[in-house]
Amino acid sequence: MSEESFAYTPGLATTSLTYIVRERALPVKGETLASPGQRVDFDTIVGKCFLEGPPYIVKVAELLGVEPEEVPRYLKVGVGDAVGRGAVLAGYTALLGLIKRVVESPVEGVVESFNELTGHLTIRSPPRTIELRAYIRGSVLKVVPGESVTIGTPAAFVQGIIGFGGERHGAIEVVSSRNHDVVTPDQIGEHHAGKIVVGGSLITYEALEKARKVGVAGVVVGGARITDVEKILGYRIGVAITGRENIGFTLVLTEGFGRLPMSKRAFDIFRENEGREAAINGATQVRAGVLRPEVIIPREEEVSGEVPEPLGEGRMRAGSVVRIIRFPYFGEIGTVVELPVELHEIETESPVRVVKVRLQDGRVVVIPRADVEIISE
Amino acid sequence: MGMVAREPRFILATDVGSTTTKARFFGKVGDEWKFLASGEAPTTVEKPVEDVTKGVRNAVREVEELTGHKIIDDSSEELGFIMPYLGGKTGIDVYVSTSSAGGGLQMLVAGVVKSITAESAQRAALGAGAVVMDVLSVDDGREVHEKVNTLRFLRPDMVLLAGGTDGGDKTHVLEMAEVIAVAKPRPRFGISFRLPVVYAGNRDAREDVKRILPGDFFDIRVVDNIRPQIEVERVEPARNAILELFMEHVMAHAPGYEKLMKLTSTDIMPTPAAEGLMVRTFAEMRGVNVIGVGMGGATTNVYSVFDGRFLRTVSANLGMSYSIGNVLKEAGTENVKRWIPFEITDDELMGIIYNKMIRPTTIPMTLKDLVVEHAVARESIRMAFNHHKYLARELKGVKKERTISDIFEEVKAEETYIDMRRVDYIVGTGGLLSRAPRRAQSMIILADAFQPIGLTYIMQDSVFMIPHLGVLSKIYRDVALEIFEKECLVPLGTLIAAAGIGTPGEKVADVTVEYSESERDNVEVAFGSLVKLPVSQHKEVTVTVEPTRKFDFGLGFGKRVRRRVRGGVVGIVIDARGRPLHLPQDERERMKLLVSWFKSIEAYPKDFLEKLG
Repeated sequence: MSEESFAYTPGLATTSLTYIVRERALPVKGETLASPGQRVDFDTIVGKCFLEGPPYIVKVAELLGVEPEEVPRYLKVGVGDAVGRGAVLAGYTALLGLIKRVVESPVEGVVESFNELTGHLTIRSPPRTIELRAYIRGSVLKVVPGESVTIGTPAAFVQGIIGFGGERHGAIEVVSSRNHDVVTPDQIGEHHAGKIVVGGSLITYEALEKARKVGVAGVVVGGARITDVEKILGYRIGVAITGRENIGFTLVLTEGFGRLPMSKRAFDIFRENEGREAAINGATQVRAGVLRPEVIIPREEEVSGEVPEPLGEGRMRAGSVVRIIRFPYFGEIGTVVELPVELHEIETESPVRVVKVRLQDGRVVVIPRADVEIISE
Repeated sequence: MGMVAREPRFILATDVGSTTTKARFFGKVGDEWKFLASGEAPTTVEKPVEDVTKGVRNAVREVEELTGHKIIDDSSEELGFIMPYLGGKTGIDVYVSTSSAGGGLQMLVAGVVKSITAESAQRAALGAGAVVMDVLSVDDGREVHEKVNTLRFLRPDMVLLAGGTDGGDKTHVLEMAEVIAVAKPRPRFGISFRLPVVYAGNRDAREDVKRILPGDFFDIRVVDNIRPQIEVERVEPARNAILELFMEHVMAHAPGYEKLMKLTSTDIMPTPAAEGLMVRTFAEMRGVNVIGVGMGGATTNVYSVFDGRFLRTVSANLGMSYSIGNVLKEAGTENVKRWIPFEITDDELMGIIYNKMIRPTTIPMTLKDLVVEHAVARESIRMAFNHHKYLARELKGVKKERTISDIFEEVKAEETYIDMRRVDYIVGTGGLLSRAPRRAQSMIILADAFQPIGLTYIMQDSVFMIPHLGVLSKIYRDVALEIFEKECLVPLGTLIAAAGIGTPGEKVADVTVEYSESERDNVEVAFGSLVKLPVSQHKEVTVTVEPTRKFDFGLGFGKRVRRRVRGGVVGIVIDARGRPLHLPQDERERMKLLVSWFKSIEAYPKDFLEKLG
């Protein structure tokens, strides 16, 4: 039996200074437009690629009413030909023009292939250009030509628990005076357009609507009611895989669903960084490994020789600061007093591995290890 | 890899789940195999760690901590185990693993006719433990470009293509091949990865399919036709090819699996495949009809062996952790709430469920929280079992049209070959059941969700080790079976349930329980009640049920049933709540009834239930 009991518990990062590295990868091979050492801003285009357009299968044989092997006789185009929408792909006239059949292209594109077994043509629509942005302000650390650009920066870094909407950026503005205050619509105005609005424990539905109306870049808050979030989204959430929602801004909840004060540490970080430009991304994938939404506030002026270590995995031990993540202590913060090795029986009568936590009010509570998370420092 | 020659002494097994990696440690103590310890840690297949062996190491480290047995070889950075066993408390002889990380094996199935080849193909893919993302067929009502877009969007790990009988028309199956060819779906892992396609259609179209799907982009595996004739279904060859390709492609490309594969004594199996293998081995050995359910974080898997026929289904996005929100969405708030015996607002209910969804590894700390999770579990199993029954049907050449959403609708009893009157065993596994603090909770969850009729023996996995034993059974069948029966299965007890509907309090049956020649109990059971008789798992008793005309205990309405039955850790439970299970419309009445059921089988602590009324 080991003297000290460790527990691996994934925690959400909340840190006033760390070194953030983000790899920006093209979805398919393309062109990288940055070089190592180059300084980039949030919107700098660091790469681009062409994504193949969608293909359209044209059932020429069926449309002409002929056998597949007869189709080549009637084709008016060849593989590789560019065709416009409505261009004649194949056709024939019979009985001195009394019977006329033509097959037209449903889209603009290029004839990609002809399948002699089915008598079908495939038209590929024109490729789409994808531009890849830097997403964060920082320095290019590494370039894999044609594939990816890696960018790094010292930054304040706050991870949320769930988010909606993708990558955006804007200046931080804290609208709540305390971490347990509710954000109401009157606190959001036209001057918040393009900004990242930070609130306390809850944002109301009306305030979310207002945020969308004035065109904020993002909202970061402790919690929101699940019903309000679903109202903003316009549909019910099933699986926690997000980031592609089209709500006009990016929403990051740092604690969860309901009225939950933002952790003091996170709230203070936002206050310290008020006015600074930050990157925000709501993409969440609650599965193994866990991708969480994030706010990155680049702090390049902090580089004074010593750069903090990138964040590593958390290990819980006596003295670790943890947050309890299940009712009835949801959201409370405390310090680990002890990690008993033996199983413990909790209210539900479950025998589980537990951790003894001293809460901020001095009480010591016994919590299942599964129900705490480390707050990274 | 390779077989271990001598009889093993210590065995380590892991299941790399979508959320948690679970290590189980077994050892031979004297002449008997024992389960020694378990360890769990978050799975680390995805970002930021992206190395599955990290999670495995953390889980095994916990086993080491609990047992003092040295397993991990600390001499190198890379994960390694001390193998073979070196004596004392050092080393292991066998290491096996299953995996459903990264969402498991995600497949797309394509066939020609929705109710014929596409349905058979779906059974084959599910049988291999895959999650079927979508089923395409010529007659699925979607335009060709919609099918193409579906493929491009879903990015499956593998495609199974079937269609046409041998010697029959081949144009339709070639059309489906064409759809796959032009869509060129990008796989989830690796840029240089060729998408594996299993072709199990018309034999005469094989060469044409190979020509349509170019080898630089697709890796085609040709197997025997899944429906060589309209009335014949042969899923085994396709199923085996899927499992082979799973190892060669999907596993080999998932982060860290290359390292893990080098450590295992036999191939890594998809979790549902291993779970199903164990259930199947058990059913075949005993010659009984079995229904099994595996409740995972992301999926709910249902297995059945019925009159020798084996079927496995995986319901994607019906799970108890990161897809728990979807269970609520599919079932509807009211259906979940009907199992909760206290007032709870939609907001509160959703708060608990959605906060679990975003923090899937947390466990309930309060009884109310626990009851809510148990309510969701019933609905998740109910819907997954419906999905299962949808595929557990007789082969037919012509069937009425169905849409994909139909799978969540009730399947009529006459449409499935699973007869709830003839289910001998129900076996439950998965974190929620294993972690249920009282075994009576598992028993009532399984009874409510499956609603068997007549006499059914209910068991559960003690600490979630069925997948581990399933993969072990491939190399040590007898060891796996021994552990399965003695250490893994917890005998909950016999459920004696009536079909039929009555009015509350109406007499359902007279039940006589003979403990011995001289000792017997007579119980008159009333409609709406649940009666528990404390008979231990070591005891067999003779039960005689004399139902009234309105009720059926498996042999017909009003028919007497007399059988020897075994008790269990819960006991013998007489379920006179009717089939379909009757819940009053009135809120107060419903809650009162639920509390009375929970009280009679002691599902939750007495003072908690007293407070509820």
